[in-house]
Amino acid sequence: MDKAVLASALGAPSAFGQSQFAFMRGNAFEARVKADGGTELLRLVHENLDAAAEPPASGAVPDLGAVGPEGRTARTALALREATASGGWTLLDHPMLALDVADSPAFLEPDAVVVHPDGSWTVVEIKSFPMLDGSADAAKVGAAARQAAVYVLALERVAARLDPAPEVRQTVLLVCPKDFSNLPTASAVDVRKQRSVTRRQLDRLVRVEDIADALPEGTCFAPGLPPAELTAAVESVPAAYAPECLSACELAFHCRARSRARGAVTTLGRSLRAELGALSSVDDVLSAARGTAGDPADPTVATLRRAARLRAEALGPAGTAGAGTPGTPAPGGGNRATGDDAADEAPRPAGRAARTGRSGAPCH
Amino acid sequence: MSLITTLARLEAVDTGRAQPLATVRHRHLTDRPLVLVPLTTAGEAGAPLGALVGTDRDAPRLLIVPQPRDRDLRFAFLAELADIVLPYIDDHAQDVGTAERNETDPETGKRVKVEVELCADAPQLIVPSRAGIDLVRLLGRSMRFRRTAEQDPETPHPAPPRVPLLGRWLTHYGERARVPGSSLLTALTDVLSRHWATGQSTLEDQHLGALLAWIDPPEGGSGAEAALRAELLRDARGQLVCPPAGPSTDPAFDNKLLAPAIERYDRARTALAAAEDGVEADDRLGELTAAERHIRDLVASRTRPTWDAVWHGLDLLRALPEGPRAADRWTRDRWSFTGHRDRVLAGEPPQPRRDDAVTAANKLATREREQARLEAQEALDDPLVMAGRRLAGEAFAGEVTDVVMAYSEGKRPSPRPLVTVRTDDRPQLGDRVRVYRSLGGKPQTAEFVGYEEGDAAGSPPARTSPGPEGAPDPAGSPGLPCPGGALVVLRVLDKMGRGKEPEPGSVPEKGDLLCYTLFEHEQRGGAKLPDPEDTPWTHGGPPGETDAAPRPDAVTDEDVL
Repeated sequence: MDKAVLASALGAPSAFGQSQFAFMRGNAFEARVKADGGTELLRLVHENLDAAAEPPASGAVPDLGAVGPEGRTARTALALREATASGGWTLLDHPMLALDVADSPAFLEPDAVVVHPDGSWTVVEIKSFPMLDGSADAAKVGAAARQAAVYVLALERVAARLDPAPEVRQTVLLVCPKDFSNLPTASAVDVRKQRSVTRRQLDRLVRVEDIADALPEGTCFAPGLPPAELTAAVESVPAAYAPECLSACELAFHCRARSRARGAVTTLGRSLRAELGALSSVDDVLSAARGTAGDPADPTVATLRRAARLRAEALGPAGTAGAGTPGTPAPGGGNRATGDDAADEAPRPAGRAARTGRSGAPCH
Repeated sequence: MSLITTLARLEAVDTGRAQPLATVRHRHLTDRPLVLVPLTTAGEAGAPLGALVGTDRDAPRLLIVPQPRDRDLRFAFLAELADIVLPYIDDHAQDVGTAERNETDPETGKRVKVEVELCADAPQLIVPSRAGIDLVRLLGRSMRFRRTAEQDPETPHPAPPRVPLLGRWLTHYGERARVPGSSLLTALTDVLSRHWATGQSTLEDQHLGALLAWIDPPEGGSGAEAALRAELLRDARGQLVCPPAGPSTDPAFDNKLLAPAIERYDRARTALAAAEDGVEADDRLGELTAAERHIRDLVASRTRPTWDAVWHGLDLLRALPEGPRAADRWTRDRWSFTGHRDRVLAGEPPQPRRDDAVTAANKLATREREQARLEAQEALDDPLVMAGRRLAGEAFAGEVTDVVMAYSEGKRPSPRPLVTVRTDDRPQLGDRVRVYRSLGGKPQTAEFVGYEEGDAAGSPPARTSPGPEGAPDPAGSPGLPCPGGALVVLRVLDKMGRGKEPEPGSVPEKGDLLCYTLFEHEQRGGAKLPDPEDTPWTHGGPPGETDAAPRPDAVTDEDVL
């Protein structure tokens, strides 16, 4: 199912898209890394992961072309078996792997897989973000590691069918441009943690059939349906929207609109749920804070009321939006006390600035 | 996010307008900041595509790189940028005053006061969003190791003069932006979301247009709807009406408008190079100019809305009175600026690629100390921030109900008056915990003695185990405020002068409204670190010979920056 088309049909089109500039640059870099039969790439693998093995003089690059994803998967498995037996360096350029996700097969295409002379396999991930002075953007490296972990899992399925089962290395090679150039540089990334997290998540995924079984008879997601029917169909699949969805899912804008309409507090971030306990809607929270609803013996409600009172007090009589609790006047306090001392603070003796400046100065 | 902030966000959802998170402005804004609205070409290393830059909101300078993959055009862009930014920096570098600071005399080893120069004001750089700060840092990194033809005649692609210097300054600004509370280089979205809570997540607050729509919605309209329009509304050609604040561009803009324009420019350039006689060349030069103008217009159309939004945001911020202690932090920024100016003037090499262990540790210590300082100063400047600290049990406010004179034991008894404060707050006070109040701008210390079983106070609130948000554990008296508040007895410890009788005004009086904090008002520096030459072996030992001028980066024909 094409979620982007579905999102457009729902009237909340996704904002994803790739600029052709980024696309071109990514492709150009990958082509450069794999040029000359992968000499450079194999050298990087040898240098970073397997320095004890013989240096790759020339690596084999088998042809993996076949018809359809199933055909390419079978071809890849065959090539992996042959390469493992050959005892040399082999580079598999864009192999095709299959992995069961929620009981339906998903086909994956890693940038490259390298077979070492000892028969072990390594996933290679080629990215076009730069490695500046030996370090890259942590968020992007994390995303690449999660992606590679999925490939490692898929490779393990292939390896398990061979006898003896070859080792799938848990350290992948991340290849990035060095500094501002187009020269490749590489770093070994341990993905054991990402692999086990992904594996646990995959195991826990509800099977697609189970989700389908839970849907009302006749539910259909065809983008051609009238928007109201389509919305109802999408609504029948439960979704827990959080802001993180915006960067991951095509339907996020739709879910966000629904979540906002429901007044769910998690629209503002997952952490709010932990803070607000059982109060899950904006109205619940605000009425509890204003003292019109909620059980005062509930610690969350009591703290909320205190927060609302303190906030109203600090904002003063001009404070906005009726957050104040009627009745108890604020016990003097914060507002005036800090206000007074602020006034005292203004004419600052010159010596102070000099003195404090010293400790602030040294290294920035 | 504290509960008070959360509450403000939820109120913003409810009312459709942003709600205040501060009553004063916690960042200094200079009278003449330099605003930089950069755009980069997609592809992840951030090659510049263009920028609007300047100090005059009505007359920004537009710089463009018509073909971002052309090194010469990129250098021309950077040189132009240097011609705008460096004079602005020089203006400030020349206007110096004097200040005193303590230094260790190298001969006697004593601390002596030395008179040094301190720039009267520092140049302030404003970018629209946090990604802009990253780009400033990246530009700085890419430029500071470049060599000009003058420095090294052999260098394969000499950089225009002053570009390496701009790189050093941008690196300094990028590093300084990592220090909490600093405002030399400021991302507008960060400052705005510090002062207002919107009804959207912090992730969505990164969108400058949406953020401003919440804070200052159109007349009679809802901020939530305006924000949604700013975020998503596209025109007939599929372009965002409110372009992203950059530096990355919208893919639809890249693919539909920019790519054809760059292609046209490339064609015109190839045609010009192939021209055989003067008349033909003239025609083709005309086409090249037209193609370049087209790209200029495109870049201007994507940056100008952001430019105007940045100034609009600055207007909104200026409407808030500046917090008194923000000036103190700005003084630190001025020291930082002056320090780097001195390093540049002294001919020191550019900042190294990697800091040595001692410098890195110093930087981290500075950031931690400045974070603590920022938190304390913001609370002291702003009752709304203090309210958050009071909710968390880190401060309390109340009325003085009783003052009893007492004296310390010892040969020379000093005054140690006992002050009783009635408060509704629930500070996390333990035995002899120190608390501070501001007395004429300086902290006065007191220690907690105990709770008084007063007329109104029932059982004292539980002192222990704050909840996850610092809310007192409601065990015992579940969440109900004591009717008259708790009576906290404190012993004042200092700032009362040397005599037996405390100086007038130094001891609270009955009826005073006070606010005590459990956190210190001023931060002490940590232990001194050894000089880099004495780095212990546990930390890699002395850094060894650093080359006087670090090697420039390797250059290839396909560089992006």
